[in-house]
Amino acid sequence: MIRDITLGQFFPGTSVIHKADPRVKIVLVTAYIIFLFVTGNFVSLVFMVAVVLLGVIMTGIPVKMYFRGLKPVVMILIFTSVLNIFYGKGEAIWQWQFLKITWNGISNAAFVSIRIIALILISCILTYTTSPTDLTDALERLMKPLKVFHIKVHEIAMMMTIALRFIPTLLEETEKITNAQKSRGADMESGNIVQRLKAMIPVLVPLFVSSFNRAYELAVAMECRCYRGGDGRTRMKVLKTGARDAGLIIFSVFVLVGVILCNVMFSEMIVK
Amino acid sequence: MNIIEAKHLTYKYGAGTPFEKTAVSDISFSIEKGEFIGIIGHTGSGKSTLMQMLNGLIRPDSGEILLDGENIWKKPKEIRKVRFRVGMVFQYPEYQLFEDTVYSDIAYGAVNKGISGQELDKTVRNAAEFAGLPDNLLEKSPFELSGGEKRRAAIAGIMAMQPEVLVLDEPTAGLDPMGREFLLSKIREYHRKNGNTVILVSHSMEDIAKISDRVIVMNKGRLEMYDTTENVFSQGERLKQTGLKIPEITYIMNMLSDRGYGVKKGILTVEEAVRELLPLLKKF
Repeated sequence: MIRDITLGQFFPGTSVIHKADPRVKIVLVTAYIIFLFVTGNFVSLVFMVAVVLLGVIMTGIPVKMYFRGLKPVVMILIFTSVLNIFYGKGEAIWQWQFLKITWNGISNAAFVSIRIIALILISCILTYTTSPTDLTDALERLMKPLKVFHIKVHEIAMMMTIALRFIPTLLEETEKITNAQKSRGADMESGNIVQRLKAMIPVLVPLFVSSFNRAYELAVAMECRCYRGGDGRTRMKVLKTGARDAGLIIFSVFVLVGVILCNVMFSEMIVK
Repeated sequence: MNIIEAKHLTYKYGAGTPFEKTAVSDISFSIEKGEFIGIIGHTGSGKSTLMQMLNGLIRPDSGEILLDGENIWKKPKEIRKVRFRVGMVFQYPEYQLFEDTVYSDIAYGAVNKGISGQELDKTVRNAAEFAGLPDNLLEKSPFELSGGEKRRAAIAGIMAMQPEVLVLDEPTAGLDPMGREFLLSKIREYHRKNGNTVILVSHSMEDIAKISDRVIVMNKGRLEMYDTTENVFSQGERLKQTGLKIPEITYIMNMLSDRGYGVKKGILTVEEAVRELLPLLKKF
């Protein structure tokens, strides 16, 4: 069912990661992604994976959900692994015409795959533990310096909030209309690509119509509440960083040191 | 002769996620051909899920649904055929209109069913007339119609498929009193004229009381009661516990009966109540 899509889905909870300041979380996730690319050998990579897995466990969200988050990248994983396997240097252990597999290729493939999986997991941690409103709030604050360049930070953040807010609504609506058209005998499961695209029209037309109506109603409702952009707007919930966030930042500094140490100490194992 | 038979239907939403929720559990009932069934229940009691199982939009986790004695999921690839036999009118069906003209929108389901040529034209015009849409509206765009007209056009689209069982989810929601009355009388007429089975889901106890033969009461995903309309509405207390109210007239008559006046319980319409009360008044 359409509802099974987990991308950007928020699971409410009470873990340390849930409670951390969203700004800190965004900065740290970006930092961890950079750390992941700093890793140069298997030792430091395993170290990073351990840190990511620790984060996964700390969120208290069922591991199954993370597997679901990984599903969409399976194709990319297979594709990059296959390419890496055949592009390795060194002595071939299997050869057919110009295709050859080397130990170097296999280790490269494993390295890149693990890196991608860790990358997805870490972004899942962010989106699973942070509500969309917190996320855009934090982005707005982080992008504030851009105002110097006359970029409308508040408007961008508001658009993102609205877009995120309406994803579930639109999915639900799509499902409802699909069911209604199926009840009228629409056949969406068989036929070739052209036929399938044509079968989407009865769903897309009502969906567009209702989206425009909804946008119009939302605009009117916002105007009724005197919305006029971000100037002079104060917040009910001001984001605050606390001891918890300081702890997370200090922990992350240790992680960075750990990765670099692993890289240096086992430098002869660097994967190229 | 049972047209629909449900055996131990169970369905969970989001199985295996933190959001898992049992929508319907262990529901069994049977509906006879030509019956008018009302389904009532609190919001979230599993009415919609149950309805969507009847035409194969939701496949039950366990249990089976027999249509004319045959399991509808026997051949999953042919589930579309079931949808032509069990016509489903969703809540606010006007949102499903999409064609250029009202005419072709009404025809959509019938065309999918494989009706064509002269017969198609006849079916579409019949359905439109039945739903109370004048001929001059048929060539208009569905988006130009008023709310009530859109609703009727959408219902006509389902009627044009000539389903043996017509399922309607809150068909009168959001209509003005005139529109409500009109639509209900049309549905009743449809039922009487063709002897088709009709299943009506509604929050309006008055509507249900007025037109159904038997009533299904849903509560927290379970089948609370399934009995004749009189019997269901004479148990006001039990309905109250499931968060439902009985029609006002029924409530008054049940109270009178409880106080020892010799009137019947489970009176459903004002006319019936008058017939019951007149002899009583003459005694005084």
